[in-house]
Amino acid sequence: MRPNIRTEADRSPEFARWITSLPGAEKIRECMHCGLCSASCPLFAYMDYSPRQLMHLGREGFRDDVLGSFTIWLCTSCYQCTVECPRQIPVTEIMYALKRRAIEEKVYTPHLPIPVLAREFRRMVTDRGRISESWLVMKLLLKTGVHRMFGMVGLGWDLVRTGRFSLRKETIRDRGDLARMLEAVGSDAEAVS
Amino acid sequence: MKKLAYYPGCSLSGTGRAYDESLRAVFAALGEPLEELDDWNCCGATSYMSIDKGKAYALASRNLALAEREDADLLTPCNACYLVLEKTRRHLAESAEMGGRVRHALDAVGLGYAGVVRARHPLEVLTQDIGVERLKEAVKEPLKGLKIAPYYGCQIVRPYATFDDQYHPQTMDQLLKATGAKVVEYPFKTRCCGASQTGTLPEVGLHLVYRLLNEAKARGADVLAVICSLCHFNLDVYQSKVRREYDLEPIPILYFSQILGLALGVPAKKLGIDRCVVSATPVLERRAAHAA
Repeated sequence: MRPNIRTEADRSPEFARWITSLPGAEKIRECMHCGLCSASCPLFAYMDYSPRQLMHLGREGFRDDVLGSFTIWLCTSCYQCTVECPRQIPVTEIMYALKRRAIEEKVYTPHLPIPVLAREFRRMVTDRGRISESWLVMKLLLKTGVHRMFGMVGLGWDLVRTGRFSLRKETIRDRGDLARMLEAVGSDAEAVS
Repeated sequence: MKKLAYYPGCSLSGTGRAYDESLRAVFAALGEPLEELDDWNCCGATSYMSIDKGKAYALASRNLALAEREDADLLTPCNACYLVLEKTRRHLAESAEMGGRVRHALDAVGLGYAGVVRARHPLEVLTQDIGVERLKEAVKEPLKGLKIAPYYGCQIVRPYATFDDQYHPQTMDQLLKATGAKVVEYPFKTRCCGASQTGTLPEVGLHLVYRLLNEAKARGADVLAVICSLCHFNLDVYQSKVRREYDLEPIPILYFSQILGLALGVPAKKLGIDRCVVSATPVLERRAAHAA
């Protein structure tokens, strides 16, 4: 068995520079490893790396470990860590940036539904300006495994019988304006190094 | 009071329509009927922010700009929408780069944003602008004997605590108490409900939901009150899945606005009470019979 050891060769100085250049993230250098981010995280028990470990791996430049971690996809943006951090490290915002970079560089398990949800969500909002929940869920199920639909039948019926299921495609009036606006805002510079 | 434009957000026209129905009914009963923001769009939620920051901020800012044109603040009931709009307002003020990009994009479609619009949550408006006293005076059917666990969820007090205490929020407690109901101690008030993990990673999401429900039960609550449509979806719609995995008695989940509506004498039908998957009717009837 290969021991789980990282060496200098596994580090990416570029990644370390990138992560510490995110807004507010220069404070990662001041992390004193108190572990409050991990202790307060409601998802901590399910993570491969704790938030504290992830921040540490990031500032040292261990790109593959950080972007390949399950942790970034477990984060629900509840902001508990951000509020607790005595060094004011914006942990949740860093998690967002890591998700964006992982999606851009396509380093995540192909069938992990979370990035698929994000992409389908974006497509629907970009096209129509609003989310139609039933359609979004169906698209997600189609893309991540139709077998999962069977487990959702009962839940779907509950929504139908309580009048909460709608197949209407919600749309804003000024779709053209929305498209022009999203075009005009340009691309993020943060992911390119 | 500055004019309010109602920003329901996507889920309130879909799975969260009981929240929409009950909010409209409550504000109408208090003499402040809601007016919807014309042609509002999705706030982008957490998903859009996970892909493209600039477009996510532009998307949210269009709503701020539309409200500014109407000289209004945005009444924003969903926790996720509330945070996205508040975060956008702050970020556009703090970041010259992002502020410039977004203003340029708004300008391309004839909109402007000077930065004066705020997102306001119904809890804030009801406690600060309308006031608990006015609510109390309007109560027609005191909900004596009903025990409620107040659940605020994450994003209403984190990362910004704009109108309530970050660790021990009180505004919903005050409103619920004004109805004559009993508010039980609920230490998981601001603990995460699992957000979309119930759908994407059920073994994780359902466990988080279980802990919230189980705690409410252990505290002797008859119902759990929520202020966010995603929290409601997780706690109510996923409850049958949770109960298949864990030993748990059912507990109905109501929007705080549904509870206020009942106390104000609005018929249950108009409040969407029958839209709960876990029916609240037995608990409410038992309470009424007990009080009579």
